[in-house]
Amino acid sequence: MTRKRRRLQVLLLCMLGLGTAAALTLAAFQDHLVFFHAPSDIAAGKVPRERMLRIGGLVEAGSVQRVPGTTEIRFRVTDLAHAVEVSFSGVLPDLFREGQGVVANGRLGADGTFRASEVLARHDETYMPPEAAEALKRAGHWKPGAAPPGKGKD
Amino acid sequence: MPAEIGHVALLLALAAACLQSVLPLVGAQRGDARLMAFARPAALAQFALVALAFALLTWCYVVSDFSVANVFQNSHTAKPMLYKVTGVWGNHEGSLLLWVLILALFGAAVAAFGRNLPPPLAARALAVQAMIAAAFLAFMAFTSNPFERLDPVPAEGRDLNPILQDPGLAFHPPFLYLGYVGLSIVFSFAVAALVEGRVDAAWARWVRPWALAAWASLTLGIALGSWWAYYELGWGGWWYWDPVENASFMPWLVGAALLHSAIVAEKRDALKSWTILLAILAFGLSLIGTFLVRSGVLTSVHSFASDPARGAFILAILAVAIGGSLALYAWRAPTLKPGGAFAPMSREGGLVLNNLLLSTACATVFVGTLYPLFLEGLGGAKVSVGAPFFNATFVPLMIPLVAAMAVGPFLAWKRADARAALRRVALPAAAGALAAIACALAAPPAPALAYVGAALAAMLAAATIGEFAARAGTLRRALGLPRAAWGTAIAHLGMAVTVAGVVASAAWQSESIGLMRPGESVSIAGWQVTFRGTELARGANYTARRGLFEARRGEGSALRLSPAKRFYPSTGSTTTEAAIHGSILGDLYVTIADPAEAGPQGANARFLFEAPTDAAWAVRITHNPLVAWIWAGAGLMALGGAVSLTDRRLRVGAPTRRLRTARA
Repeated sequence: MTRKRRRLQVLLLCMLGLGTAAALTLAAFQDHLVFFHAPSDIAAGKVPRERMLRIGGLVEAGSVQRVPGTTEIRFRVTDLAHAVEVSFSGVLPDLFREGQGVVANGRLGADGTFRASEVLARHDETYMPPEAAEALKRAGHWKPGAAPPGKGKD
Repeated sequence: MPAEIGHVALLLALAAACLQSVLPLVGAQRGDARLMAFARPAALAQFALVALAFALLTWCYVVSDFSVANVFQNSHTAKPMLYKVTGVWGNHEGSLLLWVLILALFGAAVAAFGRNLPPPLAARALAVQAMIAAAFLAFMAFTSNPFERLDPVPAEGRDLNPILQDPGLAFHPPFLYLGYVGLSIVFSFAVAALVEGRVDAAWARWVRPWALAAWASLTLGIALGSWWAYYELGWGGWWYWDPVENASFMPWLVGAALLHSAIVAEKRDALKSWTILLAILAFGLSLIGTFLVRSGVLTSVHSFASDPARGAFILAILAVAIGGSLALYAWRAPTLKPGGAFAPMSREGGLVLNNLLLSTACATVFVGTLYPLFLEGLGGAKVSVGAPFFNATFVPLMIPLVAAMAVGPFLAWKRADARAALRRVALPAAAGALAAIACALAAPPAPALAYVGAALAAMLAAATIGEFAARAGTLRRALGLPRAAWGTAIAHLGMAVTVAGVVASAAWQSESIGLMRPGESVSIAGWQVTFRGTELARGANYTARRGLFEARRGEGSALRLSPAKRFYPSTGSTTTEAAIHGSILGDLYVTIADPAEAGPQGANARFLFEAPTDAAWAVRITHNPLVAWIWAGAGLMALGGAVSLTDRRLRVGAPTRRLRTARA
């Protein structure tokens, strides 16, 4: 009897632990899942404002501007169908270039400007962020071979 | 010519592995000693052949033989020799060869040092090990031959990605692989035990050293990778919850659980089938990690080439290895005899809690890492799961874990007196409270979680030292304590140090980002940092623009810091080199971004070299308190594992299974 009861106790403890973990995970999904949107989705007004989201595409050529006297940088991210205005304050990654793939996390402001809290570019000359490629694909502008497979850190 | 010999050596190793995966298994089943004895020489031969192939590929790198495609794609004549050699594993094919080399090394180690193992167990374990090796050798032979030739031969190579040309990263993969692949041996032993249908204390005792060695290496590998990310990527973060990082972290968590459950299996003959399951899961997660990194299925800023054929092949290996071993487990585990019973409040109970928390933590990391993939596979939205998710799920599980680590060692085996244990943790708990109060008084306000973390770290450290001191009594007696006791104390202390570093660097980091003109200063965390302009500098295979900074604290003399932007002409890429002044209390971390006048192209070569010396630059300065403790703690954990490995119990005469002669 004691053995069975102990087993039951341990089992209940396990269930409690797993239940808590599952609850935490679900709650965290609710709050912290970041959805990806292409610039065209934003142009179509399908994207909620003031919620954390992720965008991707190409940095539009000729769009990068610095706000004088600050570290704020403004540029446009495009999927070649539509573009979204992005503002970012901070240090851009080394491989951030016009005409190249980029992914940014941030919030869409009321004025339609995407305020990025984080900007990610490629790690490598021959690598396109998968989400940037995804945005181009959705807009029908993806050319296979445009971004040969890259290599990176292990 | 070396390339052809290398290729042939790989194919011969594949043949050896295939034979080794079948004959000893048949021998063990039939009780044929000659067939079983085949495993040892085969394992040694397989290792020798893979080592030859590895040496030849290294040779091709050293002499810059660009007729080999792999060398052409990843090397350059101007690259420093160290990185020519480490470049061997800085790419898909080469790193896979290293993976297989370590796999064969572990097999050979079991063959060479496992003479005291019962022959059927050794034969079966080596056969399982050879199956894994055969799968990966076939993977290389069919999809990723490192010795592929190029015709015509290019005159110059494409060079290794410059951010990989770094000592921290050069040694990150070998340690990581020692860990990943070290778990393969534990897996092989687990499968062998399931085939045999018997798991006992002796089995747990044989397996523990391998699990310890693998886990300690994995700890070092992860710490090196994190340290590299911290100083090389120039963002000042040390962990990004990137899928590739998570891929190495999951086996680490399960490996830690395995180490502890194996203690229960060894000492109390309990938790046996759970230990087997953990052994299977730990290696299964290593394989999943390999799959995630190699196939490019996940969004990661740093994965190798995505090639569907390769992904499919690894997925197949994964399915067979994990599916097969779990099926075997489901079939055979119920036949394992249950061991000693124990009360929930006991050392065993504490270790069960440890296992529960570690495996649940691993499950949250698993869900967070793979959920986006599942959702996309089901045609759902494209999502990403970032640090906030893991902070909300993983961190709450670490709080009871660290608390349990402080209390657990005070509990007696089998049935413990809860009150006595609580009395003994009263003092450490007081130390924790004191630490939280000290933080509240001395440091700027922070979220409540920071104080909880600081208190837990202090409590764990105090409890670990207190428990060890109580056990030892005097210094002389301490030296006589088993090495395993030393190992536990060191590793748990390491955990306390890491937690302290994580909490302090996360809660009390200060940051300043702004444009600085030469002569301007910024004050941060008691430091006065002055920008003095920039200069050009040249390295072996790059040109750099170096920022000149002076940092002063109080009346002290000025420190010179020179962060840089490097340009590598061979790949046309730019990298950021942070300047770090490290001390035990915290790091001053300075990076320069680009000149304010730089146009749309950002910090490309032209702006790097043409910017006037008096230009304003975007500068990022952070102060990261106790950040070095994170890696120091990881080092202590690995050291604890290594010390524990030298325990007599795990070496001399230990594995003498009572002579209940093998059934097979």
